Amino acid sequence: MTGPVDGVPTNRRNFLRGAALAGAAPALATIAPAQAAVPAAARPLPSALPPTAQRIAAEVGNPEAEGNRIGGKAGSDFMVDVIKTLDIKYTPSNCASSFRGLHESLINYGENKSPEYLSCTHEESGVGMAHGYFKITGKPLMTMVHGTVGLQHATMGIYNAFCDRVPVIIIAGNDLDAAYRPPGVPTFHSAQDINAIIRDYTKWDDTPVSPQAFALTMVRGYKVAMTPPFGPVSISLDAGIQQEPLSEHHKDLYIPKFTMPSPPAGEMGAVKEAARLLVNAENPVIIADRSARTAEGVGLLVQLAELLQAPVVDQGNRMNFPNTHYLSRAPGVISTADVILGLELSDFWGTVNAYSDNGVNGIGENGTKIKKNTKLISINASELITKSNYQDFQRFQPVDIAMPADAQATLPALIEAVKSALTADQKRAIEGRIEKAKKAHADARNRELQTAAIAWDASPISTARLCMETWAAIKDQDWSLVASEGNVSNWPNRLWKMEKHHHWIGRSGGYGVGYGAPASVGAALANRDLGRFSVSIQSDGDLMFAPGVLWTAARHKIPLLSVMHNNRAWHQEVMHVQRMASFRDRASNYGNDLGPIGTSIMNPDIEYHKLAESMGWWAKGPIKDPADLGPALKEAVAVVKSGQPALLNVWTQPR
Amino acid sequence: MTNFKIFAVTVAATFISLSAAQAGDAEKGKATFIHKGCYECHGFEGQGGSAGLRLSNTQLPEDGLIAFVRGTSGAMPPFSSKIISDAELSDIYAYLQSRPKPADPKSIPLLAN
Ligand code: HEC
Repeated sequence: MTGPVDGVPTNRRNFLRGAALAGAAPALATIAPAQAAVPAAARPLPSALPPTAQRIAAEVGNPEAEGNRIGGKAGSDFMVDVIKTLDIKYTPSNCASSFRGLHESLINYGENKSPEYLSCTHEESGVGMAHGYFKITGKPLMTMVHGTVGLQHATMGIYNAFCDRVPVIIIAGNDLDAAYRPPGVPTFHSAQDINAIIRDYTKWDDTPVSPQAFALTMVRGYKVAMTPPFGPVSISLDAGIQQEPLSEHHKDLYIPKFTMPSPPAGEMGAVKEAARLLVNAENPVIIADRSARTAEGVGLLVQLAELLQAPVVDQGNRMNFPNTHYLSRAPGVISTADVILGLELSDFWGTVNAYSDNGVNGIGENGTKIKKNTKLISINASELITKSNYQDFQRFQPVDIAMPADAQATLPALIEAVKSALTADQKRAIEGRIEKAKKAHADARNRELQTAAIAWDASPISTARLCMETWAAIKDQDWSLVASEGNVSNWPNRLWKMEKHHHWIGRSGGYGVGYGAPASVGAALANRDLGRFSVSIQSDGDLMFAPGVLWTAARHKIPLLSVMHNNRAWHQEVMHVQRMASFRDRASNYGNDLGPIGTSIMNPDIEYHKLAESMGWWAKGPIKDPADLGPALKEAVAVVKSGQPALLNVWTQPR
Repeated sequence: MTNFKIFAVTVAATFISLSAAQAGDAEKGKATFIHKGCYECHGFEGQGGSAGLRLSNTQLPEDGLIAFVRGTSGAMPPFSSKIISDAELSDIYAYLQSRPKPADPKSIPLLAN
């Protein structure tokens, strides 16, 4: 980057450029046709004078048209060749100098296709979009971030993806060469090992130091990310190797072939033992959390449940089981279980134990939710990537059979093992469970409907009404609920007819607030390409972390119906601080708000409809009267069907 | 912990006999229900939800409600008389009883199926 000193090319890049000029490189298989290069000495030195017209033309003109000025194919062009072999459709990113070489190659050399660059206003949004996108398509996106500061912005989203077992390919620009990188800001933004800050919650990371190493790293990274348990990977990408031209030194460049890895299935001995326990159980219960990776996983779980006539509790980090099926049940059913099969549970301890946050001394109380001798079976691929620092592995739960394996990949063998273990007597006994199960399911639905009717006409609008008005407006579309933090008392999962895998994409994984808005935009992008209708229940606190993703949705014409659950607070914290005050025997100080100071989002109220409008959305609000909600939803649905995003700012009850 | 619970229940039992003397004021009760934080977990209408039980049209007697609020050692934090008086809880009770009875879901088109 610095100019020549005493006629000696002091810059490593100039040196390499020189080398490229000296050695012809016709044999480079992936290298574009040789371009006539401008010798380094002929190029102007930096100058404070205004540029001449000729100079401007040279700066803004297409270098390919007038001859390649860098003396060979750019390293980042080859990187684009590599990336294109992996069929990554989009790269939602916030632009930054440390990956400018790759950025330029992607949009110009790569023609901004596979991946297409999507403009993000925050790195957390880019990661969140990739997170949501994967949950619809099963395919990872790549997001580029600025070394250090950009990666720092991205971290919470990466943690969510890690906890949610979602692959994201992070390319983090970094200028490693301390002798030649630009001084000042770019040096502030460089680090020896930028991946260090996310190493605790990525599956793998690397720092390739040559274009060839990048090819190996990129393909390996994609493979690691896509091997269950899935997870984010990060590549620290030196600015130098992006910008330097390929030279003679790189003449044998190759792109390794990617082969989709098969998921790890449970060992047959353990599978048979699990089947034996299940067929001999009187009250087996299946609990699924991230069991169904794909639509096929839902079908497999239905098969297993029907074979055993076992109730299924869907904990909802994915859509695992149709809630319209008569075996679908609320969590309370585990109290009678004699065998519990846990499929990809993010918290087995919390599933079978109770915890009451009632300690006067700040300590909660543990209890149990199951009978003493209940046998526990776990199939969980997450056990294959247990790390030390962050506690996403939850409290240790002893089980009777532990299979560190992918549940969906293990289910076919388990189904076969159950079939061959079942005796005729057992089959008869199992069939005897059907009527009881159907009645329990119908009764539970009636109870839910009665509960939903309470405060139906209230203002602010009840969460049940919010969700059922929304359901009525979208149920005839090929719909997909692309985000909801569950803090609407979980009404969509209780009352919407969730039957298909894409009807619900699950939660954030790490519960890092700020996931909802970008994940819903990313999933809506995926649904757009599949011709589906996307709807989200968007909470106010979540949206305010990085609302710029609204602009990204409008900018890239991503249709999404965002119905706000605007309870004007970070309401979980409202309750936490209230709890503390009560334990300490103090009335809570609300200031002028409706919740303890520091927990409300009011005074002034945020006009989310105006915020959305200012970023190119169709929007309406604040809607406080429940009678206004249905008509507004109708309008909004029409807008979304025309291809635009639409937001309704609805004032709601707290939960 | 266990000792605390026994103590709390004893205290609560003492209150049972003292409370429920006069009928509360529903209007005042609404304001207190909000400003003392009950609405946070139970909803503005006492309708309940994922964070608290339904309280509107509660089947509990008034002194039962007061005893619960004073003595709870489960998922709800206790509120002593230092935070909320018996008279205020009587007003809250009146507010909760004044809430309209929920309609039969069959009469609400969106809940009819
Ligand atoms: C931090 C959340 C929270 C707050 C604040 C709160 N409650 Fe509760 N309340 C709960 C929960 C949770 C339960 C269920 C408790 C259980 O099952 O042990 C409950 C239960 C109750 C019950 C028992 C209902 C029944 O039918 O058994 C009453 C009465 C009650 N609350 C009244 C109040 C009043 C009055 C206030 C305000 C002074 C209040 N609560 C504030 C969470 C809360």
